[in-house]
Amino acid sequence: MNDSNRAIGASPPRLEAADKASGRAQYADDLYRPGMLHAAILTSPHAHARILGYRLEAARAIPGVKAIVTGADLQGPRSGGIIKDEGMVARGKVRYVGEPVAAVAAVDAATAHRAAAAIEVDYAPLPAVLSIDEALAPGAPLLHEELGAYVKTVDGGGRGNIVFETSIVEGDVERAFAECDAVVEGSFETQAQHHLYLEPNGCLAEVDAAGRITLHATCQSVHHIQQRVAEELGEPMARVRVIATRVGGAFGGKHASNIHSIAAWLARAARRPVKLVLSRLQDFEIQRSRHPARIWMRTGARSDGTLLARDVRILLDGGAYADESPPVLAFALLMSRGPYRIPNVRAQGQAVYTNKLRAGSFRGFGNPQASFAGESQIDELAAKLGMDPVALRLKNALRPNDHAFGGQPVPSCVLRECLERVREAQRAAPPLPPLPGTRRGVGYSAMSHVSGLMGTAATVHLRTDGSIALATGCVDIGQGSDTVLVQICADALGLPIERVSSAQQDSDLSPYNWKTAGSRSTYMTGRAVAAASVELRERMFEHAGELLECAVADLELRPGGAIGVKGVPKAVTFKDIALRSLFQAGGPLVATNSFVFDGPRFDPKRATIHRLAFANLGVYTFGAHCVEVDVDEGTGAVRVRRAWCAHDVGRAINPGSCEGQIQGGFVQGMGYALTEAMQWNEEGWLTTTTLADYKVPGLLDAPAEIHAIVLEDPEPMHPVGAKGVGEPSLVGAAPAIANAIWNATGARPRRLPMTPERVLDALEEKR
Amino acid sequence: MKLHTVLRVNGEDRDLLAPASATLLEALRDALGFTGTKRGCNHGVCGACTVLLDGRPARACLTLAVDVGSRAVTTVEGVSDERGLSAVQRALVEANAIQCGFCTPGFVMALTALFAARPRPSRDEIREALAGNLCRCSGYVKIVAAAERLAGETK
Repeated sequence: MNDSNRAIGASPPRLEAADKASGRAQYADDLYRPGMLHAAILTSPHAHARILGYRLEAARAIPGVKAIVTGADLQGPRSGGIIKDEGMVARGKVRYVGEPVAAVAAVDAATAHRAAAAIEVDYAPLPAVLSIDEALAPGAPLLHEELGAYVKTVDGGGRGNIVFETSIVEGDVERAFAECDAVVEGSFETQAQHHLYLEPNGCLAEVDAAGRITLHATCQSVHHIQQRVAEELGEPMARVRVIATRVGGAFGGKHASNIHSIAAWLARAARRPVKLVLSRLQDFEIQRSRHPARIWMRTGARSDGTLLARDVRILLDGGAYADESPPVLAFALLMSRGPYRIPNVRAQGQAVYTNKLRAGSFRGFGNPQASFAGESQIDELAAKLGMDPVALRLKNALRPNDHAFGGQPVPSCVLRECLERVREAQRAAPPLPPLPGTRRGVGYSAMSHVSGLMGTAATVHLRTDGSIALATGCVDIGQGSDTVLVQICADALGLPIERVSSAQQDSDLSPYNWKTAGSRSTYMTGRAVAAASVELRERMFEHAGELLECAVADLELRPGGAIGVKGVPKAVTFKDIALRSLFQAGGPLVATNSFVFDGPRFDPKRATIHRLAFANLGVYTFGAHCVEVDVDEGTGAVRVRRAWCAHDVGRAINPGSCEGQIQGGFVQGMGYALTEAMQWNEEGWLTTTTLADYKVPGLLDAPAEIHAIVLEDPEPMHPVGAKGVGEPSLVGAAPAIANAIWNATGARPRRLPMTPERVLDALEEKR
Repeated sequence: MKLHTVLRVNGEDRDLLAPASATLLEALRDALGFTGTKRGCNHGVCGACTVLLDGRPARACLTLAVDVGSRAVTTVEGVSDERGLSAVQRALVEANAIQCGFCTPGFVMALTALFAARPRPSRDEIREALAGNLCRCSGYVKIVAAAERLAGETK
């Protein structure tokens, strides 16, 4: 087939782009139903308190109130991730300011909010722990007295306020440090970052006359939400249907269900549709954040620059509930070695409970924290050794057939190419003069990440006219997976993408998919789509052989939906095959592929791993960033002027989408580096609850030039060679910017965000 | 207490019965069904609710519906017609500038106002015109590129 006809490697407009540009795309809040009620949530005013009772009379007396739910209504087991410690509303205790305590459904939003405010809750306040230190102090108040009795899918050694602890050890760290000529040691702190998807979380719940629930949700997995809602409502999953709406961004923040059971519960109680859409304030208060971290790290090398040892301890502030803390901690440790050959590494970590919003999954999943510390130390070590920081990285970079930390083999690795490409591109760029009164710095970072995890599936149907109907459970959260999966399917069948439809995700119909997370959609679901498409193709070849009366080996796929006899024009169309299968022989053609990540795993002979929070992982991806920043030493202000971001995508199915992921991830990482921080006061109240207080980068803050360099090194386990690129682009931004500030001024900020005050403090420390 | 107002939206008079406190955003979305205008922050920061009042960009979440008066309201539904997307919308689609799409209607409106006033804006004029619209997905690069390409095509 002519390569220019191929669906892979092209950047057509997204399937749904015109719908979005015209305002027709329907997000959760755009759904309205006859008789629809609106829900409002009453949240906790205490960081930690026992709930003594509820008085609902005043709320019930308000005309238009149709249903109320409180923790007193919840009887079933608690829900959650690895540790089942949570519920849709608080039960027995509240553990953070903003925690949902009760919810109301009423005829309009104003009435619902008035009724929620009229619910009286009697509290007995308890002392709160608001930091990692307070949580770990002897005699600290306990958030979860029942921790030992909770259901857990992995025992993480939780006790007191410790949610989970884990470690990974390779080699002999103590002995290796004794052989080092240069050692750097330091502590780093990172903050709570909010996902700040532009669309606040929301859903619409409906109940049919038989009581079956249908939920329309902005989400990262219909199957996950179906399971959580069924558990919390005590219904079999067959009586809960979840349909994905368009998703206005997620970044991990819509990864685990929380508000959906509330809407479903109220709809079931009222027997009417209920819409629950969070205000921006409540979205800040009750969704999730990136884990604040405190990292101590020590790294050592020989005088020739050979890295020998790293010792790292990571403490994560998990907030009030476990949620994704165990896997985030484990992944942070796994990424803490960085993408380097370091033979002796000891990584230990704990995640703790505090009386704040729970932290959870967020693009990078522990890697941004670990990489900020690790990549800062690589530059410090380079300075101590008198080496160029890029040369030190190149010398120690992982290479093909090395092992990742934990012992997983890494068959393909283009880290050195990533570093060389960003350095060359920066050097070749026309010089950009620094802003008046500032100093210019250039900084680098390198990173690895993982693309994979868990189970997924795809189904392809041949329709009567030869079109293809593709169905997966992979929700497009804005990153473009619908288009990419259609491109993979169309490519395998030699069709233009217009001949392949993509089904909206619906738990009644879509094959199972774990989640749109872990940079996994193109790699995992893409693999399933490719394999199912190839199977369908093979079955079509059998039909074509019968129709053309020739051996399958003599047939070839022709562009545009035909199978022909090699060397002669004779051919049958997909339509001919469809009609034969539907009306003459064999039955409707449908192919399904499903699998769980089946690649290489950890190696217990190389690494000692305690309590890993996941059974399998994925394939490794690599990247490098180079940034130019201007630092005003009078004000401490930092401006990122240009960035070059090289990422290994295996194979670019849609290069335009890869670039968009890289550029957007870089700017989200720049916000993490410089301005974004959720902050709580001494009573545990979140003080950054509007976009005026929580500063995300606007267009004038972002550099005008972000050069996405898409590197292709086909991944051998993927039928078309692809890997994920969703998360890695965020990871490299903060350390590259920190290293550029250091390059400009000699000052080393060790806390994120690197606000002007902290940059001035670091300048002061240097003097 | 609800007030009766007439709003001229996308060239048609629409009867609105809403409390005096209703914002233009609430009126458009909840009462009149123009859901293309998005509620991102309800606080005047994100720009997802940008509409045009007599051709000038305005935050629908900070505008009271009863204050609109005789000014013509244009929403994202009013810039594309039966013939298809407007040039601004097509430029965003073709440049792969749309990811989650939630901010897109706001960017469409800000760019529509810009191009109506200045058919060939410079890069700085484009950046200035979009400074009040947040996008969390794209890093803004392809949005600006789409506008620059359109500026280059506009005669």
